[in-house]
Amino acid sequence: MDIKNNEIIKPEKVVVLGSAALKIGEAGEFDYSGSQAIKALKEEGIHTVLINPNIATIQTSEHLADKVYFLPVTAEFVEKVIAKEKPDGILLSFGGQTALNCGLELSRKGVFEKYNVQVLGSPIQAVIDTEDREIFAQRLDEIGASSARSQAAESVDEAIKIAESLGFPVIIRIAYALGGLGSGVCRSREEVETLARKALSYTPQILVEEYLEGWKEIEYEVMRDQYNNCITICNMENFDPMGIHTGESIVVAPSQTLSNREYHLLREVAIKVIRHLGIVGECNIQYALDPKSEQYRIIEVNARLSRSSALASKATGYPLAFIAAKLALGYGLHNLPNAITRVTTAFFEPSLDYVVVKIPRWDLKKFRMVSREIGSSMKSVGEVMAIGRKFEEALQKALRMLETGAQGLVANSGFEFEDLEKELINPTEERVFAIVEAMESGMDVDNIHRLSHIDKWFLYKIANVVEIEKQLKKSTGDKLPPALLKTAKQMGFSDKQIAIITGSTQRSVREWRHRHNIRPFIRQIDTLGAEYPAQTNYLYLSYNGIADEIEYPIDRSVMILGSGCYRIGSSVEFDWCCVNAGYALRKMGYHTVMLNYNPETVSTDYDEFDKLFFDEIRLETVLEIYHKLKTIGVVVSMGGQIPNNLAMELDEAGLHVLGTSPDKIDSAENRDSFSQMLDDMNIKQPQWKRLHTLDAAKDFANDVGYPVLVRPSYVLSGAAMAVAANDEQLSQYLQRAVKISPDHPTVISKFLENAKEIEMDAVAQNGEIVAYAISEHVENAGVHSGDATLVIPPQRTYLETIRQVREISTKIAEALHINGPFNIQFIAKENEVMVIECNLRASRSFPFVSKIMGQNFIDIATRAIMGHRVEKNEARLFELDYVGVKAPQFSFTRLQGADPTLGVEMASTGEVACLGNDFEEAFLKALLSVGFKMPVKSVLLSTGSIESKAEMLEATRLLMKQGIKFYATEGTAKFMQSNGIPAEKLYWPLEEGQPNTIDYIKAGKIDLVVNIPKNSQKEELTNGYLIRRTAVDFDVPLITNRQVAMRFAQTLSRIGVEDLQIKSWSEYLEK
Amino acid sequence: MSFNNGNEASFQSGHLTLEDGSVFEGYVFGKNGASAGEVVFNTGMVGYPDTLTDPSYLGQILVMTYPLVGNYGIPPHKQMSNLERNFESSRIQVKGLIVSDYSTDYSHWHAEKSLDRWLKDYGVPGLTGVDTRALTKKLRASGTMLGKIEIKRESVDWYNPNLENLVATASIDAPETYGEGKKTVVLIDCGAKNNIIHHLMKRGFKVVRVPWDYDLSKMQFDGLMISNGPGDPKMCRPTVAQIQETIARDIPVFGICMGHQLLALAAGADTYKLKYGHRSQNQPVLEVGTNHCLVTSQNHGFAVDDRSLPKDWSPWFINLNDQTNEGIRHKSGRFMSVQFHPEAMPGPVDAEYLFDEFARMVNG
Repeated sequence: MDIKNNEIIKPEKVVVLGSAALKIGEAGEFDYSGSQAIKALKEEGIHTVLINPNIATIQTSEHLADKVYFLPVTAEFVEKVIAKEKPDGILLSFGGQTALNCGLELSRKGVFEKYNVQVLGSPIQAVIDTEDREIFAQRLDEIGASSARSQAAESVDEAIKIAESLGFPVIIRIAYALGGLGSGVCRSREEVETLARKALSYTPQILVEEYLEGWKEIEYEVMRDQYNNCITICNMENFDPMGIHTGESIVVAPSQTLSNREYHLLREVAIKVIRHLGIVGECNIQYALDPKSEQYRIIEVNARLSRSSALASKATGYPLAFIAAKLALGYGLHNLPNAITRVTTAFFEPSLDYVVVKIPRWDLKKFRMVSREIGSSMKSVGEVMAIGRKFEEALQKALRMLETGAQGLVANSGFEFEDLEKELINPTEERVFAIVEAMESGMDVDNIHRLSHIDKWFLYKIANVVEIEKQLKKSTGDKLPPALLKTAKQMGFSDKQIAIITGSTQRSVREWRHRHNIRPFIRQIDTLGAEYPAQTNYLYLSYNGIADEIEYPIDRSVMILGSGCYRIGSSVEFDWCCVNAGYALRKMGYHTVMLNYNPETVSTDYDEFDKLFFDEIRLETVLEIYHKLKTIGVVVSMGGQIPNNLAMELDEAGLHVLGTSPDKIDSAENRDSFSQMLDDMNIKQPQWKRLHTLDAAKDFANDVGYPVLVRPSYVLSGAAMAVAANDEQLSQYLQRAVKISPDHPTVISKFLENAKEIEMDAVAQNGEIVAYAISEHVENAGVHSGDATLVIPPQRTYLETIRQVREISTKIAEALHINGPFNIQFIAKENEVMVIECNLRASRSFPFVSKIMGQNFIDIATRAIMGHRVEKNEARLFELDYVGVKAPQFSFTRLQGADPTLGVEMASTGEVACLGNDFEEAFLKALLSVGFKMPVKSVLLSTGSIESKAEMLEATRLLMKQGIKFYATEGTAKFMQSNGIPAEKLYWPLEEGQPNTIDYIKAGKIDLVVNIPKNSQKEELTNGYLIRRTAVDFDVPLITNRQVAMRFAQTLSRIGVEDLQIKSWSEYLEK
Repeated sequence: MSFNNGNEASFQSGHLTLEDGSVFEGYVFGKNGASAGEVVFNTGMVGYPDTLTDPSYLGQILVMTYPLVGNYGIPPHKQMSNLERNFESSRIQVKGLIVSDYSTDYSHWHAEKSLDRWLKDYGVPGLTGVDTRALTKKLRASGTMLGKIEIKRESVDWYNPNLENLVATASIDAPETYGEGKKTVVLIDCGAKNNIIHHLMKRGFKVVRVPWDYDLSKMQFDGLMISNGPGDPKMCRPTVAQIQETIARDIPVFGICMGHQLLALAAGADTYKLKYGHRSQNQPVLEVGTNHCLVTSQNHGFAVDDRSLPKDWSPWFINLNDQTNEGIRHKSGRFMSVQFHPEAMPGPVDAEYLFDEFARMVNG
């Protein structure tokens, strides 16, 4: 792009690259940034073409991009789309590292020149300057900006040499990495050797760097236009010092412990750097700052929208991604209006009159064998953001928002630390609670600081909360002095938290509080600290105030509860549902009110709803907003499990829950009553029993025969669900289930092997189904539906089975008098259909089925909920002449040590879905979208039990015909040879012999690993685990499920990458 | 007794009363006593030690809109070339400080004492626990108002600083000289911030700082700098006369903030009081006739009326938020001034290059 001519560029057609499936390090924030970019381009009348296989995103909705391609974001596919669409521009910086890496490869291949496509925004060279560590350091040197002392290494020996010359500890980083993948701190030569070897398997170059232990970590979000005008949108300070990835840190905005000189020193350097690099649009710069002087080091620059820029955007109200897209077209910041004030321009730096705290959410407990320490590479799967007028308030709110069971900083149970000092030195995801416990046990701030390097200012604030807890403990619930109660509320204590401390109940604390008129106030976020009048609908609640800032009640207002923090089992798909529910309500003339606290979402863009409350999704908060606004009611069925779980509580507190009645929701969620209902209706289900005693459970299990499934109620993504193969496992899993959901019954049921799983996603009005979609799983029952590969329309399900699924669904919809969205999961074996689960809310597959069917189920559901008559939609499910396949995305690479197998508890972090003329085409596209690589020329097989081996035989023969070279472990090799299939035997990892499986995987001699575990529940270190883990660590595609392996073999035998058609979503639908 | 937080238990309650009768409750830190002045706000998020020592705040009670204040304590008083290095003047200038959440505990390598202690040292009261956003909205709507911080056992009368010549109070009594250099810049001290002097010294000038009404006609110098300062520019007629004479001698002139308004008056233009003053560190300005924008630090309630500029003078910068004048320049290029603070402290340093421009003119 020639930026010297100072003109606005008006391309006719622009390709936007998305970030594909959500994964650790790249989550929903890129749905936000991509959506904003598309909006910005559309406003200019530019035709937009989006490539993103993430079907659950808002950006892939029909109202945004003109054309959507559900295809892998890889150079190969993007080039094909470019060849077909002939765009004149492309945006690379709105789809995370995935899009950026893809763009760099396209640039290297000369694709942009070949097709005359202009890269909009930062020039490619600027991106290369920031991505290649050595060039980056040089470029910083040119302007005298300090970067960490470091050197690039291309071999393990070189890395060791550099480390020894820098002195230990050092940190190893890899170029072109997202979320600090593969990086880590090394304190010895041995550690360098291990980490360097692993990192060099992903990338040709690594960086060995001085490790700035205990330094503060600070970030700035900077924007630059083509006129060289620069602003910093905000800065952020990490609560956790250097060494913990910013994605793993608690982050606060703006910085709290920096003086004016430090703040502006770093701001000035940031602007110098962005100018020198020639970035146009947005970039993020990360610093380490010496806590004992004004020395700093630049850690990295991201020349693209990032997780931090999404956070900065939500923290300040400044629409970063939208403006960045406009800057890419050549606008000056001063030419663009400030979207919040509407009268001023985009050239300004927000002033905050509140403090923002972000906390990452981890799901490490879901994985077996994973290391729980947090450090320089990302493991968290989502994040929350809380707003307050005090740091203590925002921090306590944020801790509750995580929904990991914490009541705030104090009054928690379930956090136990064997060695507090160790926890403070080597933090895990529970470090903040360790600090509290250390304080409660008498450790002083100085000592905690010495061990953790966390700035004392943050620790003092935590100590304030501990002190209030002490004061609260002296009072009992009913006699709580109102002044103390008010102070506690101002410090972010929840009613429930106070109730726990004072031995009272949430309800009586609330009533006492109301009696003394201690209520939160509605506060506005206006980007300029109230200096000028601004009309804004971006709001939060705080007890630190004396007045509300909006007028109420609000006529015809409807509140939608968002999905909260992204985590395994609940991510962008529920945000899609919430946003679409908002659109539908607006169309019907309602005033929409969104309550959510996830900064990575589109639902927290303040222009998507009439009011946005960025606050907790809890009874207490909902109640206060509901009563002030006097809304018509609350929609709980769009945001997944968090709002759904609130239905009963809201109902009991007298709020109007819209849609299916809360007692019906309860009877579906409560395993016991639901199972009872099915029995009464003569609907089949696996034999089940409610747990009363362990002995009874064992008797039941032995009676129906192992394996059995242990299922707690009211959980998402199968938390603590497990298949027990014997008495010992049964008692172990039961204990875990009771711990995770103590207030609700646990049920055990017969686990059916080799059964098919089928899903019904539907909408009902007054108990009558008005729209539905049926999809089948590729994997047999036993793999969590969130980890399963879904196919729509069903390809291998008997018509009779489908008939029964419909019939049962109709009966259940009627019995529960459903109004709105619901989802039922079935298993089928030889035409016997049984119900295993039912949710009276939108499920994670709603965007998938809506987009494949070309029918917006949320729109229909929202009308049903509001009592607007909905016409029954004729099912066109079996008239589709294309197939949609949804595939899971796993992030095992990032979860060091985790065993990458599938089970009844969900493990995937995201999903993609692709379309094809038949199953094979859609399936292959989907696999390529989640990182499978072609061509496959060699496969390592270890296929498990003898039945499994036999079943796999046919598939192996198909692969043999493709000329694929087989390696196999001993038993599998023998079995194959005896069946006439040549296979080279490799020794198991724990065997001494050569050639060894591990060496071959590490050496890159294997393109695909098929490892079918014999027993998915086994927890000890085994040969199978080592093979799977090595495959993941060395980025070799891995299949652990027999059905997937067989379907993949069949697919390869029928088609290749060259057969995959480049067709947009609308081309499929219109056919 | 207060429950404000564990460590503030010793703070007593106090309140701020505004002219219009409204009362804001809070807890007193700093001096445990009463104080009166004009209540103004600033939306800057850092820089309280710098802001509180800025002489432009003389006679004012300052409201910080950023809620958390005191976090990094107060640096030591340290002299460099006869000047305070860590503050903008040698003492706290405000009459009182209003914040939402004073941080009793501070943490910073450079800190010597707490904000509470420092305010006590200078006998200035602070009020914490106040809804500063509500207060700011009120001040924004009604313009600045008089106000007083009081405690149970001590009240105070209203005090209107605008009835006084604040510049005269803020200025020095007799000339002072800083640094060495071939060229001399005279700085008219209307309440000058130290960083202006630092910037001039850094560029190799000898700086002679003179009182606001000092007679310059007998002095030999190469450039004139007119500083920032408190209050209404029209109270500084003697200064305007001195500037006019310097212009007549064709000596380069650079004015900042109050200095900008005084240069405009000297040129024959007019000044007026703004509906919404500029009181923040994020004021966007545009260089007229270019696409060049700056983020600037500002604190002023009066402005130069663009339309009253005589010929030969033209607007140099304008404010992107409200289009008000932010700088003027004479066509000769030898006399110029800006409404914002190129010396920053606190705030962004985008406009620092203007000192280089001035240096080139002086070295000419």
